[in-house]
Parts: sequence; structure tokens; C-alpha cells
Amino acid sequence: MQGIMYLGGISAIIFIIGIFVFIAKEGLPFLFGAFDLKEFFTSPRWIPTSENNPTYGALALILGTASVTGMAMIVAIPFSLGAAIFIGEFATGKTRETLKILIELLAAIPSVVWGFIGLTIMNGLIIKLFNVPIGLNVLNAGIILGLMAAPIMTTIAEDSLKAVPDKYREAAEAMGATRWQTIRRVVLPAAKNGLVSAVLLGVGRGFGETMAVLMASGHSINIPHSVFDSVRALTATIAAELGETAVGSPHYGALFTLGILLFIITFLINLTADLVVRGIRKK
Amino acid sequence: MPQAPPDAGPDAPSTPPAPPVLEVENLSIRYGDVSALRNVSLSVHEHEIFGIIGPANSGKTSFLKTLNRMDRFESHMRVEGHIRFLGRDVRAWRNVYALRQHIGVVFPLPVGLPLSIYDNVALSPRLRGVTDRRELDVIVERCLTRAALWDEVKDRLDSLGSLLSGGQQQRLTIARALSQDPALLLLDEFSIAVDPVTTMRIEDVLKELRKEMTIIMVTNLVQQARRLADRTAFFLTGDCVEIGRTDDLFEGKVKDPRTYDYILGRFG
Amino acid sequence: MFKATELNLRNEQREKRWRLLFLLMALLLILPVLIILILLVYRGGPVISWSFLFEFPRNGMTEGGIFPALLGTIFLVVVALVFSVPLGVAAAVYLSEYAPDNWLTRTINLAIINLAGVPSIVHALFGVGAFVLFFEFGTSILAASLTLGIMTLPVVIVATRESLQAVPHAFREACWALGATRWQTIRRIVLPNAVSGILTGIILEVSRTAGETAPIMFTGAAFFVPFLPESVYDQTMALSLHLYTISTQVTGVPEDLPFGVALVLIGIVLSMNALSIAFRVYLRNKKKW
Repeated sequence: MQGIMYLGGISAIIFIIGIFVFIAKEGLPFLFGAFDLKEFFTSPRWIPTSENNPTYGALALILGTASVTGMAMIVAIPFSLGAAIFIGEFATGKTRETLKILIELLAAIPSVVWGFIGLTIMNGLIIKLFNVPIGLNVLNAGIILGLMAAPIMTTIAEDSLKAVPDKYREAAEAMGATRWQTIRRVVLPAAKNGLVSAVLLGVGRGFGETMAVLMASGHSINIPHSVFDSVRALTATIAAELGETAVGSPHYGALFTLGILLFIITFLINLTADLVVRGIRKK
Repeated sequence: MPQAPPDAGPDAPSTPPAPPVLEVENLSIRYGDVSALRNVSLSVHEHEIFGIIGPANSGKTSFLKTLNRMDRFESHMRVEGHIRFLGRDVRAWRNVYALRQHIGVVFPLPVGLPLSIYDNVALSPRLRGVTDRRELDVIVERCLTRAALWDEVKDRLDSLGSLLSGGQQQRLTIARALSQDPALLLLDEFSIAVDPVTTMRIEDVLKELRKEMTIIMVTNLVQQARRLADRTAFFLTGDCVEIGRTDDLFEGKVKDPRTYDYILGRFG
Repeated sequence: MFKATELNLRNEQREKRWRLLFLLMALLLILPVLIILILLVYRGGPVISWSFLFEFPRNGMTEGGIFPALLGTIFLVVVALVFSVPLGVAAAVYLSEYAPDNWLTRTINLAIINLAGVPSIVHALFGVGAFVLFFEFGTSILAASLTLGIMTLPVVIVATRESLQAVPHAFREACWALGATRWQTIRRIVLPNAVSGILTGIILEVSRTAGETAPIMFTGAAFFVPFLPESVYDQTMALSLHLYTISTQVTGVPEDLPFGVALVLIGIVLSMNALSIAFRVYLRNKKKW
């Protein structure tokens, strides 16, 4: 019995290695062929379908992902930390339970539905409010992505606030500190690592989101100069183009190479978040 | 090595010499770098109630854990020395599960498993492969009766054992231990979460049980050892300071003055 | 004598202001859900009818129903569960009941975190490379469901592990003391008391799986399939992909039709979530010890 359970446990490792191996396997022919490291990271020209001179510059895609994720964090960090502080430190009883359930429901909305909201509702709203020709841009995708990343950030942040022992709060309040003073001077510093890892995981979430970004960002290759520019993300590029490529072609390999890049970046983000959290436990 | 069996207490069985049920030789226990018990040697005889007293952190509970090899589940616990149960080293038992079936354990905090009262008591027989319902019925009734719980629960054997009151759960734990038909019963501060009335009822149960089995009782109540134990050992910060007839110890016939100080409540 | 100083009063004011600010932030996060739900019901509600749910799409998907997509989503979810639930439960039991605290266990935990953190489109690439091409399942329900199953494996593992660890350690020790083996203890004491928590996790996984789009796009779900799948080797339509298709890839779709699809999809997902939450609240109130 122990053996069977052991296999179950090991399977997680096998899968994560498998993911890397199989993506690398499809991406390698391109990496050792048409791939040009300098072009990949510095050229904004992603023209894989060109007949005579296909170029694979991912700079615009990387900046697209970065700008949308950055926009998302501007939305998500203050709001999710604020919500976490309210839920964890101020709210009690029924209010607290209701807020937590609603946050959980927010997390449950599928990304394709978010994308659809961006495409229809947000699009019109942005065009009207800011008087711009296209509402599918960094702002749109960023807000959508922020709302998507917020629940997980709120939950983890609240967990790390809850992990601060009550005796600290009691000690501070016994000295006459107000609740907010207690939070600012005692609770937040004690929960710092957990809050940092909440933000990191939110960044990871934003980085990897596919459908919502594909539908709400405008999906045009651009180096963004303002939040009203349309952009294209790494994930969205794979989702939009993989269906049209022939297995084994350079274009196909290039998309898997983007996958390798995404895998490595999110792996590093998750690893860092895990190490930061482990830092708390050691204390 | 086997000492002369004690003829302590008026209702002690008068059939010497009984062979030792348990022999412990130079037992030391460490948790990582921390030593919990050092060089303990003692033997416990058949139909004896052997009391262990001492303040907190004396190594009493660790001592009990090694007897039925519960140390196996604690990776940082290191055990040295010899423990012979029924003449056999406990580490030589082919499988620890068979060993544990011969040793009943009652924990400090009552543990009614989240099963029905009936299933709590029937669990051990079932683990041994008893499936016949009538046989199980007999075992359940007998064990609950002997643990002085039957009359209180006979009409609701289907309700959850984990929802009984503390005192009832502790007697349920004893009934469950009895269902193993143990040769040795280990009690670890059983009265810590039990009201005084139930404690006295359980003590009466133990006096009866002594006729059928050997009992090692770790207790935080010095007077409880006086009421029940034939012989008593005094543990202090990992050392076994003294072992003697309970009556002698309480009369002040001690080798180490610390024992008598503890008994009189001068410390601890 | 005990009169509040100026500073005390200012602090009290400040306290109130901060509290209000945090409350507003929490509400602003939640507000979008409510607005989205109301909009979807308002615009999508009228679209939904008996024939919408149980008819095939017609006329280049601009008319008709969503039946094959609805059924396809159910197929995908069921096959994914068949694969991932036993595996996830086994992994959780190992981690909670057997695993020693060593590097291997830490590696497994890290792998689980990463499995949950890897972007869904990367899971899709994996599905293409491994199941569609290498194992030669082709684009099929099997390949798509395996991809989904691996992707949502952490949901089952985490939920199961939590409910196993909610069973007090004292119960295990009591059972071991009776001479039970680890497995006997797990089967008779631990699992029966964790099973409802595990179920909550599985419901949550259903909700996650049903909503995913990217992992199935290239592994087994298609924009349009004119027949219902007959085996796990067939392609299928799926609700989530259908929503993407008719809102971005097809022209001439009536404006409200995608709202209907979105409403059905979010209805399935949120009702599963609500079920899981209700189940959890019920469990919390029904104490067993």
C-alpha cells in the first residue's frame, strides 16, 4: 500500500519533469536551428510566417506580457492587500465568512469568461470613458488580469496575517495601540514574508494567464508606450498560432521555445515564493 | 536478575515467584541531542501494578512509548538498551504489530476514536481478523462491562465514541485496550482529564484487572500511586532515582532523600 | 483624569479612516463579480432555452444550441477525474501519512506548487508534445483530459492533504497502539473521517476543469464537431472553447448568443463552487469530535 501511495507522490515530480522534457523536445530543433539568441531577446519583430525571411524576435511579446502583468499588479497589489487586511484583521463573524466566500467565487470565474468580459463590456467602457479608438489594450487586459490575480493574493496574504500569533496583537493593544497601529507596527512586519510571496504568486498568475490576455489585450505586436496601446503576450501568441503551424516546422519550434521561457520564468517565481515562505517558518 | 516478587498490598495475589513480565536494562532515550532518559533498569512482575511517579519532563511518557515500540513512528527518537517483554527483546519481535496487540495503552487525554462506541471496542478484534458478529458482541459487552461503562452506553452503542464525555471516553479507551486481551496494560496519567468520581471508578476497575494482567501506571498524582501501586519508581529529569515497595516509600524508607521530598510535596 | 489626549482622538479618527478604506478595497474587489453576474444573467438569460441547451449549433454556429459543447465539457471533466482523483488522493495520503521529512518530500511539494503554477498554455504544449504526438493519442478527449487532469492534480492533492491532516494525530496513535499497521489505521480511521473533505476538493476540481480553455485547445477540443464523441479517441467541442470561438473567430453571431454560452459556463462553474462551499460549511457544523 505504501508503495502505491509513494508512486502517487512521486508522480508530481515525474509530471513536472515530463512537462519540461516534452516541451524541450519539441523546442530543441528550433533552438539549434533558426534560433538566434540576440534576435530573440532584442528584436521586436515576430514574423514567423514570412515566406523568405521569417524572424523570431520576442522582445515585443516579452514587453507585452510585462506591461500587462505590471498593470495587473498596480490594480491587484493594493486592493488584495487591503482586502486581506480587512478580512483578516477587522471583519468578524458573518461579514468575514461572506467576504471570503465572495473572494473565492471571484477566483472561480474561468479565464475565458474574463476574456469575454474584457472583449465586450470593458472594451466599450474604455472607449467611452477615455475616448480612444480601441478599448482592447494594456489597461483592459491589466484590469482583468488584476481582478483574476487578486483572489489568490488576498487568500495567501490573509493566511499569512492569520499565521501571526494573537499574543502579539494582545500585547500591542494592551499598551494602548489602536488596531491600525497594531497592524502597521506589529502584524504587517511579522507577516512580511507571506505578503511578499502572495505578490510573487500573483505575478506568476498574471504572467501565465492565457485566454483573458488573448481576448482583452488587442493581440497586436507592439512595444507599448501608453496603457491605451494594444499589445500581445507570450502566452497569447502560443494560443493564437499553435493551431496554424505544421508539427516540426521552425515556427512550431519557436512557439515551444516561448513555452520553455514561460516554464522557466514561472518555475523561478514559484521557487522564490516557496523559499520566501519557508523563510518565515524557520524564524 | 529476577528479584523476589513483592507481596505488597492486602489483595495482591499470593503466588510467588511469578516470572517478570517486563525487564528493562540500561534503557536510554534521546531526542536528537536532548537526553530524555538515562540508564534505567527495572523489572515488572506478573499481576503487579507498577507505579511511576515524578515531575513533568522526567521521561515517564518516553519510557512508556518505547515499551510498545511507538518510537518507531518518531524518527528523531533514539533508544538504547534492552527491553524484554515476556522474555523476548521487543526489538526482536518479528513484527511490532503483534507486540502491540499484547500491550494495551491508555493515553493521558482520552481518545475516543470517531467510530461508534461498538466499533471502538470491536476495532482491535477486527484488526486481528475476528468477523463473526456474535463473537464481537460478546467481546464488546465484556470489555465495556469490565471498564465500568456498559450500563451507561448499552442503549446507544451506535453513537460516536468521540462525542462521549471525557470520563466516559477514558473508560472507552480502557475497554478498547482490554479488547486486545493484553498481558500488559500501560496507563499514562489517565486521570488528567477525568473528574475525581470517574477516577475512583477507574481505580476500582484497575484493582480488579490486576488479577488478569500486569499494569504499569504513570501518574501525576502521588496519592494515586499510594492507593494502587504495589511498587513505585521515582523518575526525575531522566533518571530513575529510586524503585521500591510503595508502602516503604511512603513510610519514608527511601535510599535517596529526594524521593521522600517529592512524595511529601516539597518540590515538583 | 482619564481624559483622552488630542493624540488619542486623532488615532481613533485615523483608525476609522483606515478601516473604511480597507472595507472599500474589499468591496471593490467583489463588486465586479456581482456586476458580471448581473450582466450575464441580464443579457444571456433570454438566450437560454430548452432548445439552446439540447440542440446542435446551426448555420456556422450563429444559430442553434450548444448541446455538443455541453456534453463535451462533461466528457472531458469525467475522464480527467478518473485519472487525477486516484492519483491525487494517493499522493496526498503519501505526503500526509507516510512521507518522512526529507529532501524527496520537499521536492514533491515543490513539484506540486509548480504544477499549479505553470501557465495553462504550457500545460497545453506539454499535452501536445506528450499525449497527442509521443503517445499517439492524437487530438482526442483522452489527450485533452490527461492534460487537464495533470494540470488540476494539485487541487485534489492540496484538498485531500488538508482534510487528512485535520484528523487529529491522537487518533492515529490510539489505533497504532492497538497493533494496527499504518495502512489499517488510514483505512479505518483516517480516510473515513477525511472523505467528505476530499469530496469537497473533487467538486472544486470539477469547477476548475470545466472552465479551462487553453489546455484543451490543441489537445482534443475543436471549434466545431458535427457529431457527438463516441470514444475517448474522438475530438469534441467544449463550452469554454465554444465561448472563445463564437466571440472571436466567427462573424455574424448575434450579440447576445455568447452571453448565453458564458452564462451556462459560469453557471456550471459557480454552482460547483457553491456546492463545495456549502458542503464545507455543513461539515464544519457537524462535529465528529
